[in-house]
Amino acid sequence: MPRGPVSFTLRLLFIAALLGLWEWAVIFFQTPAYIVPAPSSIAYAMYNGIASNLYVSHIGATVGETLLGFIAGCTLAFMLGTVVALSRTVEYYLYPIIIMFQAMPKVALVPLILVWFGLGLTSKVISAALVAFFPLMVNTIVGLRSADEDRINLMRSLSASRWQIFRMLQLPNAMPYIFAGLEIAMIFALIGAIVAELISSEKGLGMLMQSMSFTMDVAGQFSILFILSVLGLILNGIVTLVRRQVLFWDTSRDADANEQNATKGEVL
Amino acid sequence: MDAKVETAAGQTPHASARDVISVRRLSLKYGRGATGVLALSDISFKVADGEFIAVVGPSGCGKSTLLKILAGLLPQTEGEAGLKGTPIKGPRRDIGVVFQSPVLFPWRSVLGNVMLPADVQGLDQTEMKKRALDLINLVGLDGFENRYPRELSGGMQQRVGIVRALIHDPAILLMDEPFGALDAMTRETMNVELQRIWMERRKTVLFITHSTAEAVFLADRVIVMTPRPGKIGDEFTVDLPRPRKLEVMNTEGFGAYVKRVRAALNPGGGGLD
Repeated sequence: MPRGPVSFTLRLLFIAALLGLWEWAVIFFQTPAYIVPAPSSIAYAMYNGIASNLYVSHIGATVGETLLGFIAGCTLAFMLGTVVALSRTVEYYLYPIIIMFQAMPKVALVPLILVWFGLGLTSKVISAALVAFFPLMVNTIVGLRSADEDRINLMRSLSASRWQIFRMLQLPNAMPYIFAGLEIAMIFALIGAIVAELISSEKGLGMLMQSMSFTMDVAGQFSILFILSVLGLILNGIVTLVRRQVLFWDTSRDADANEQNATKGEVL
Repeated sequence: MDAKVETAAGQTPHASARDVISVRRLSLKYGRGATGVLALSDISFKVADGEFIAVVGPSGCGKSTLLKILAGLLPQTEGEAGLKGTPIKGPRRDIGVVFQSPVLFPWRSVLGNVMLPADVQGLDQTEMKKRALDLINLVGLDGFENRYPRELSGGMQQRVGIVRALIHDPAILLMDEPFGALDAMTRETMNVELQRIWMERRKTVLFITHSTAEAVFLADRVIVMTPRPGKIGDEFTVDLPRPRKLEVMNTEGFGAYVKRVRAALNPGGGGLD
């Protein structure tokens, strides 16, 4: 992989060139702004939005829903995943239901959630939690089950109790999997919240996007896409930061976290 | 440090506790009925207090299975296995096991790994920590106690694995090919080191290996096992003075013992090692 200040400059130049090409194409083909706006009009829409303080409350709403959904979904996912990983009986009875839910596109449930829980915060949080739930649950199960046979034998040879084996071996051993799951779950929670907002909401970036769609403000929509992408990066970055602190011992920590994620093929 | 005195502190000494390990007519079958595989067949031997026994044999001779039974990790199909006069009914706290790989926990420091048995068994932290540091010094890892396993070489990791098995002061040390994964040079160094530790601490050791030279070099007594099904092919005392140096391997006496192991492994007389 190329490194160093020269390659970095080249990388920036490459992105600038792409933006330039985009700008040029829009002018050259006289593309109407309600189909594809030029990068300059997106930047202008963004500037206007920031200047008129349009985004702040909506970002706050979306981030709040995402974080609450993330916490609720991950707490439940960790608990259920642990129970399933430790008890073959529970796994036997829950497995078909888990498989069915996993195969189902979770966002398809969002309209139902809106019917049941209304247009307010609750429905958004539940939607975010539902989408965030599965990647973490699956990774918790895989992680807790991945403890090396020799290490389990070592613990057993020391007369360790089942709880000690869980606490001293299985749980720390599962942490790389759990953090990989948390990183995915954070992005998924954002998706869940946005989808619920798009369908029906009183505030949030999804709702803002939807209202811009009605007024054909495509440049505004692009500006929100940009904000969402930055939000996703920040939220994901927070989890990565915590992971680096907790998993200082994990030699694979800088490898692609997704590799450890068992739910790579997850259907949204 | 006298193993017997220490034993008395934690465990009631048995009247006939001279034999620390006693195995009688032990058999183990994996699976049931006609499809079952007989891994161990009619194994009998005894190990005296403070004795260093090597069990040598090729892969598949059931030597690791034997160790698992003694560690209480696997119940035997037939026969009796006892430690210090009481039958084995599961894992016990008066044994230490060293596995083929170091089996360290990457999230624990060297000190933390050595302390693992003390943590599991709820032993006194201050006292055990002092002991752990002494043991870490004993194997020449002083200064490494706060390092993590990934920062250590294979030989250093296995040293941690060995002193971890000693931290709770077990009377019996069971070692399952502990140096099998190391390169030949490191392995020889570790053999000398293990002899030194053993002469200092005088534990009863059952050492499993597939290296004839390692077995003869280390042991007071060698048990040779032959495969399919795992049986004792030969058993003899190694009468070489201690401490043994690596040069002993070049002597005629050493060669004769190695030959004897080979003869037991190849009763037909043909073939190499």
